[in-house]
Amino acid sequence: MKVSIFITCLADMFYANVGKSTVELLEKLGCEVDFPEQQTCCGQVSYNSGYHKETKEVAKHMIKAFEHSDYVVAPSGSCVAMLHEYPHLLQEEKEWKEKAEVLAAKSYELTQFIVDVLKVEDVKASLPACATYHKSCHMTRLLGVKDAPSKLLSQVEGLTVNSLPNSENCCGFGGTFSVKMGPISEQMVQEKVESIEETKAEVLIGADCGCLMNIGGYINRQGKQIKVMHIAEVLNSEGK
Amino acid sequence: MPMKIGDQPFFGRVKDGLEDSFMRSAVTSAQERMQGKRLAAVEELGDWEEWRKLGEEIRTHTLENLDYYLQQLSENTAKRGGNVFFAKTKEEANEYIRSIVEKKQAKKIVKSKSMVTEEINLNETLEAAGCEVIETDLGEYILQLDDHDPPSHIVVPALHKNKEQIRDTFKEKKGYQKTEVPEELALFAREQLRQEFLTADLGITGCNFAVADAGTVCLVTNEGNAGLVTALPKTQITVMGMERIVPTWEELDVLVSLLCRSSVGQKLTSYITGLTGPKEEGDVDGPEEFHLVIVDNGRSNILGTEFQSALHCIRCAACINVCPVYRHIGGHSYGSIYPGPIGAVLTPLLGGYEEYKELPYASSLCAACTDACPVKIPLHELLIKHRRKIVEDEGKAPMAEKLAMKGYEFAVKHPSIYKAGTKSAPVALKPFTKDNSIKSGPGPVKLWTDTRDLPAPSKQRFRDWYKQKRKQEDQHNGG
Repeated sequence: MKVSIFITCLADMFYANVGKSTVELLEKLGCEVDFPEQQTCCGQVSYNSGYHKETKEVAKHMIKAFEHSDYVVAPSGSCVAMLHEYPHLLQEEKEWKEKAEVLAAKSYELTQFIVDVLKVEDVKASLPACATYHKSCHMTRLLGVKDAPSKLLSQVEGLTVNSLPNSENCCGFGGTFSVKMGPISEQMVQEKVESIEETKAEVLIGADCGCLMNIGGYINRQGKQIKVMHIAEVLNSEGK
Repeated sequence: MPMKIGDQPFFGRVKDGLEDSFMRSAVTSAQERMQGKRLAAVEELGDWEEWRKLGEEIRTHTLENLDYYLQQLSENTAKRGGNVFFAKTKEEANEYIRSIVEKKQAKKIVKSKSMVTEEINLNETLEAAGCEVIETDLGEYILQLDDHDPPSHIVVPALHKNKEQIRDTFKEKKGYQKTEVPEELALFAREQLRQEFLTADLGITGCNFAVADAGTVCLVTNEGNAGLVTALPKTQITVMGMERIVPTWEELDVLVSLLCRSSVGQKLTSYITGLTGPKEEGDVDGPEEFHLVIVDNGRSNILGTEFQSALHCIRCAACINVCPVYRHIGGHSYGSIYPGPIGAVLTPLLGGYEEYKELPYASSLCAACTDACPVKIPLHELLIKHRRKIVEDEGKAPMAEKLAMKGYEFAVKHPSIYKAGTKSAPVALKPFTKDNSIKSGPGPVKLWTDTRDLPAPSKQRFRDWYKQKRKQEDQHNGG
């Protein structure tokens, strides 16, 4: 199966290891992976800030970048949800709207792709650790991916996943919200980190680099000893 | 601005909210309690998504035919002997109500809970006319006694107060002598209010829904106060927002169930009161004179726009009860009697962007509100629509942001520029980087690093690693 990676701007720049793990994991699962070089960012920053004229141009660029892909897979539910927003965004330009629908139909978040398309739940990973999992809002609510991560994590050898109190609550990232509404965002991430600590987990697992940058950044600042891992890294682990 | 609470600017209000540790713990525990009850009540119903869809269809249909149903309601109310007044503005509504009060020479007025009368600031008008106005909903009564503290929640207006604060208010204002035990407090309020009901000249209610084909006003309460407000005084005035209407009893049935389950986690509240015009021959109670005041106050400007679905709201507050932003800043921070996600959508529509420009940004767009709404209002999408309007139609975005977004668009459309940018980031941020993280960043990065570390950009970008990997594989395969 041929799969194009959409790496997302955050993973490309800040979390290269998430990208590497995504590629290695998909290859282990028998996919033929490629990386369309023209890809950049999904446009969520400008879209959520209200700059829709600019975002339409971004969307068209991304549609072209993945025009020849069979499947587009990204290690981020939020960015994939944005790709799914393109048909709505471009609804007044018939030709582009149709192309956007094609892109949306072939775009998947990583765990969603593994469970729903590859039909695999045990990726033969191993990570002896006690962890908890942060559900990302856009992945669960906008993209509707609710069970795939826990199905995959439950099969990881040696891994215990403790449930996170108030797991439905946002971590306070929200893109530009984190800086525009800094004091509110800070309280949200503080509460999230307190909930994580309550679980006694040594590892926090998440599926979106935005949330992990926020939660991880706060954990670091507070000097707490909790390791932050993207689910792609966990599923690619062969730890003893 | 009658909806408005206080004169402080947005970030000042937020700061006060964040520093009010008592309010925050009250809100957090109330949110969790109400959410738990809501989820149980929703679960019990079974196919909740089907119910939500039905709720959405009813609201969409009603709002699309609002003129027809308002006409029908008006005719049916008149047929049953009621008077109907359509108020275009809050001033018209207040003036009409004041004139009735004057005509009736009413001195004491009892009120049941009503957000729309808060919105039009009716109490102030009536008090200025020399009337004594008594709120009879327990939460509203507490707030009124506490020097007119504004509501912080649309269903539980005194959510931000604890029992000790309520005890102190009763003590100071009404000479209460007992403890902070809720039952004792409630009994005291009940005794006080009973006297007021018996001696009131006029009753004013809000309206949860009006049934168009019956000319009936429906009130949903747990305290039974609306029943007394409408049964005892000789004159009754009901004030309704013009969108609070259902075609028939059949739709009322669905919406009342959605409302009760979503707001308080009950199948039905203790009292669902239906009132049709004044008392008729043979009726033992009810008003001799009935007035229905239908308030527009900016609502018709929302009809037919991309924000029309905001008028679908049935004021259940489920969105407020799940909102992580409301959880931390509380209701007063929104600066409006309509707080939380629906408030952030509705308040700028009714009160304008000038006054409320920050509200559409006071959301992380987590969409918990959209998920919780029983009539499927896409709240987080409406917040994005507000942002688009502020930027593209109103031109109110800051210049620096506009330039940044233009630059972003250019870079994202031109992969060579984008790649050059991501490649230079580690170099540019190097002076700020220590132990693989940035504790104090330059320019806009500082807003982030004020409270959180920023990871240092990867030394090798993903795309460079990928290129190298493929090259090695090719060499390997070729060699």
